[in-house]
Amino acid sequence: MKRGTRKIETQLAIIGTGIAGFAASIFAGQRGLEVAQFGHSGAMAYTTGYLDLLGVHDQRLQQNPWDALDALRQDEPRHPMSGLSNATIRAAIDGFTDAISDMGIGYTKAGDHNLSGLLPNGLAKPTLSVPDTMRPGITALETGAKTLVVDFEGLQGFSAKAFEVNFRDRWPELSSARLTFPGMENRQVFPEVLARSLETSATQQALAELIRPLLNGVEYVGLPAILGMHMPDEIRARMEEAIGVRLFEVPTIPPAVPGIRLRETFERALPEKGVQLEPQLKVAEVDFRPTGATLHLHGPMEDLEVEASAVLLATGRFLSGGLKSDQDSLSETLLDLPIRQPQDRDAWFRQDYLDPRGHPVNRLGVEVDGRFQPVGADGAPVHERLFAAGAILAHQDWVRQRCGAGLAIATAHAATEAAAAVLG
Amino acid sequence: MSARVYETEVLVIGGGATGSGVMRDLALRGINCILIDRKDLNAGASGGNHGLLHSGGRYATADAETAAECRREGEILKRLAPECIDDCGGLFVAVEGDDPEFANKFPEHCAGAGIPSEALTAAEAREREPALPENIIAAYAVPDATIDPFRIVLENVGHAERLNDSIYLPHTEIEGFEINDATITKALCRDRRSGEPVEIRARQFVNASGAWAEKVARLAGCSDVSLLYSKGTLLISNTRVTNGVVNRLRLPDDGDILVPGGTVSLLGTSSVTVDDPDGIAPTVPEVDRILAEGAAMLPVLNETRFVRAFSGVRPLLKSAGSEADGRKANRGFELFDHEDQGLCNFASVAGGKFTTFRLMAEKAGDLVAGRLGNSEPCMTNIEPLPSGDALRWTEPGAAARDWYRRADPADMVLCECEMVARSAVDTILADAPGAEDHMSLKAIALRSRIGKGACQGAFCAMRVTSHLYDRNVYDSPDGLRQMRDFVKERYKGVRPVLWGAQMPQTELAEILHCGLAGMDLAAAEEGADSK
Repeated sequence: MKRGTRKIETQLAIIGTGIAGFAASIFAGQRGLEVAQFGHSGAMAYTTGYLDLLGVHDQRLQQNPWDALDALRQDEPRHPMSGLSNATIRAAIDGFTDAISDMGIGYTKAGDHNLSGLLPNGLAKPTLSVPDTMRPGITALETGAKTLVVDFEGLQGFSAKAFEVNFRDRWPELSSARLTFPGMENRQVFPEVLARSLETSATQQALAELIRPLLNGVEYVGLPAILGMHMPDEIRARMEEAIGVRLFEVPTIPPAVPGIRLRETFERALPEKGVQLEPQLKVAEVDFRPTGATLHLHGPMEDLEVEASAVLLATGRFLSGGLKSDQDSLSETLLDLPIRQPQDRDAWFRQDYLDPRGHPVNRLGVEVDGRFQPVGADGAPVHERLFAAGAILAHQDWVRQRCGAGLAIATAHAATEAAAAVLG
Repeated sequence: MSARVYETEVLVIGGGATGSGVMRDLALRGINCILIDRKDLNAGASGGNHGLLHSGGRYATADAETAAECRREGEILKRLAPECIDDCGGLFVAVEGDDPEFANKFPEHCAGAGIPSEALTAAEAREREPALPENIIAAYAVPDATIDPFRIVLENVGHAERLNDSIYLPHTEIEGFEINDATITKALCRDRRSGEPVEIRARQFVNASGAWAEKVARLAGCSDVSLLYSKGTLLISNTRVTNGVVNRLRLPDDGDILVPGGTVSLLGTSSVTVDDPDGIAPTVPEVDRILAEGAAMLPVLNETRFVRAFSGVRPLLKSAGSEADGRKANRGFELFDHEDQGLCNFASVAGGKFTTFRLMAEKAGDLVAGRLGNSEPCMTNIEPLPSGDALRWTEPGAAARDWYRRADPADMVLCECEMVARSAVDTILADAPGAEDHMSLKAIALRSRIGKGACQGAFCAMRVTSHLYDRNVYDSPDGLRQMRDFVKERYKGVRPVLWGAQMPQTELAEILHCGLAGMDLAAAEEGADSK
């Protein structure tokens, strides 16, 4: 039996619990807005932990994302980041990385160039900011330092051997080894379980003792991303002390620790900052009225009714449920916002999966105006109190452009600013 | 480069049902063979079909001879290869709008071909298949069954290898023959992966290359094999929709047959005449047409989640009136001894059905054994097909059953959709046909359910690739290239069924393959290098 309906009020209701939704919560809180945030998806577990700004433009890798943004404004004026200045974008990203660093997950400050983020299969990708736990690996690659990468018996999808073999040409001083994780003999192991186990100093010491005999003069040791779910920087420091060399993490195949870490950190820290967060509740319906909206949510124990003065939609794409399709058409799931329809389904995807131009469907989404307000076919806002941010926006291909975090953070910032202006 | 040289009694060209059947047929007579395929087992029509072991009902009206052949062969296979077969039965169903006259004559035509059929009321039919609609006007039960086309071909090859050291060479393409005095002395081949020339000396040469049989025959100077290429497309659902086979009771058309296959179902098929058996792929319009036709018989298909489509090319023998419409072509087969083409040790077997592969192999085997002076009779109609441990991973659901039964906590699951464990992959690496050769991700996928579940390789391609690096199967960036080729190939079948629940799957796949594994950039880089 449900207990009934709980009613809450807020200034800004944020729908979505991905990077864009959480970034919007942070920015709105910093601006002194009352915030409530809702969502139900675990898509954050799919991130590497890297924060990309713009790694690929014109089908080419970009060393300098700021120059690339300048080119993007020329070549793709309708890209959601094209209406924002480099200074605005940089301020938003700094605001975000400062905030998560304060919450306990250290991130490198955005530089003038992209970093070469290590990937689990022995390749690298251009990214702007990385967790502090991953930064030493980038230096090790750049300097070709003598490095040992370790994986664990029973851990699927991360092979130190594959990492070594595929980096071998540009990193000859790299070697690999396999260990049995302390206390996890003869079983399949998952990164999340290993990370939680490494929160205890006994496991940290036991693992350090297994690694020490393998060092053989290396300067760095790389591990899959398992250095604790909370306080990874502290765990890394302790492990480094115990092993005696620099330690770094490499992202793994999802569900992966860096994303779960971010999610758990937001879920812990944001309510402390006054955000009314319901991370497991899906918004079922939204009724707009001239000065705001009522959101209806159905929980297992009680229903929730939210009176909000403004709504920010950051529900992502198909994976997190912001968009859906049937056999013939694409649609936005919550508000049925207009989505431009290609001629037919044959035009959604290209013939070649890895076509460097990307698939047309990925650039379809919610159309917004300069204030990040969803617009109808007439170009006018669908509602005066509705804003949108993140991957649901049209005219971007965040996967191929390597701009997912930059898009989420920059547009969340801009949409929050616009909402704040309306809210006065 | 000097050629790798092999010597054998019989070279069999084509690793499909017929070629593998010839290999086993000859091995059972004590004759040593080499089987080659330019790709790998079941690369053509043998891997691109419904997996339907026809009762013959489908052909009863138009082609009584083929229908009777299907019935006899179906009975033999059910008896001798039960582990490859699900004897689930089948229905022929007509719905409102279908020709009642065609339906009325069906039992008579079945009887003419010796096929038992049982008339059912609409209520009885729906009791057997609850997914059937209300508007049934006629229904008959027939002894249709399903066959795992991958398993039976793997078992054929595995058995032949164990019997007398016959061997199978994948990725070995025939490029020409050396002929002296009306006798082929050797086949000139090439290893398609290494580029290395391969020379195979044999006393007899059998062309069982399915849709490529005309091309291979021409390499030996024979112009008597003339084929019509009929492309058929099928859709695979994420779950099993019906208990048994359901056929539309009308003249064959698109979307007429739904065949269960373990935990999935296959819907098809179209028939489009194409000029070339190579480079075919399913298209969006084909998928939409098959689904619309199928849903007229089974409306539940409108709500069914499809994970992939695929196409095969039926190699049909050309005959009068067949040029315009492959469906009118005879589904029978023919054995060419090529003696009127001036060759005494070459044979081609072409046309036919998957269901009749054993008979095709028997006829080819009789000819070849006779030419070799071997008087041993064919055994494949009495000798049960043994079941190999490395070969039982292709059936949907088999790997999951095995994993649960063994309950070994250390045996990690590499493919979560289909529950394919590391131990299953290791068994394939050790013992499956082709294992002595280099066993790639693609080859393992062919011999298991890897990449065939709901995620269509999003996760398992990366996990199995990691595992192959761990096992030293891969020791260079070539492993990543093979992973890319694999997901690109899977996508061709995924693309036409991309809507609904497959959209999030594909978005996730792209996040993993491009975002985490950088495949798009690596592909672009390689493209730029090669330009």
